[in-house]
Amino acid sequence: MSVLSTESFAQMAFWVVVGLTIGGACIAVFPRNILYNVLGLAMALSGVAGLYLYLGSLFIALMQLLIYVGAITIAICFAIMLSSPMYLPGPPRSPLKLLGGLLGAGGVFAFLLLLTRRTTWVPAKERVNDWSIKTIGDFLLTDYVLIFEVISLLLLVAMLGAIVTARNGRGT
Amino acid sequence: MLIFNRLETYLFLAVVLFAIGLYGVLARRNLIAVLISVELMLNAASLNFMAFNRFLAPHPAVGQVIALFIMAVAAAEAAIALSIIVAVYRKLKSINAEHASELRG
Repeated sequence: MSVLSTESFAQMAFWVVVGLTIGGACIAVFPRNILYNVLGLAMALSGVAGLYLYLGSLFIALMQLLIYVGAITIAICFAIMLSSPMYLPGPPRSPLKLLGGLLGAGGVFAFLLLLTRRTTWVPAKERVNDWSIKTIGDFLLTDYVLIFEVISLLLLVAMLGAIVTARNGRGT
Repeated sequence: MLIFNRLETYLFLAVVLFAIGLYGVLARRNLIAVLISVELMLNAASLNFMAFNRFLAPHPAVGQVIALFIMAVAAAEAAIALSIIVAVYRKLKSINAEHASELRG
């Protein structure tokens, strides 16, 4: 009985997380107010962090909250504050372009859905069950050390490039 | 079998997230909204990696490492995109994608 109730609780929490993800994604895309979009993005990213918990990785879930919700969303908020005022009404949008976007996204959706449904996914023959963070660190500094270094270079270049780009045209 | 212990559930969620993000990229004209939609699409890809990592992969650390890399690339991409948006706003006084058409032939 207790096992059943734990399972049903996990099921309920899973639906909450799924609702957070999909609802947040809809809020992030459909309303025209850009501030709602950012809040929806934060909601969807938190939902994805919950999904990572269900996929067995507390570490990646926390990284998701830290990097995406904590850093990227805040950066987008700053960009909104630095750009155009929100009380100005936007120009009217043509329904033809909306229809085009809907058709394109729907086509890709149907294609990917068919692809994931039709494929039979085969698990690897031997599967290690080692979810510790220490193993991730070992992988980062042995097998993936080149990518790790390239990513840190990429972050440095992106940071410098962001400063140079945003500073241009501001006078000396 | 429980719904959160099946690979198909996560693949379906990732497809839905990707399609919503793609619609945002195609239909929105506010550059910041386009950036938000791109972040959603990146998250869908990352979710796919983590799902395959949980259910199929030989070693569970590999998918987590790749999800970390995706996060780092997304952070770099967001920094560059936001600085470009701020520069575009200074130049054109607008962040509408259709106003930024100076390079059109």
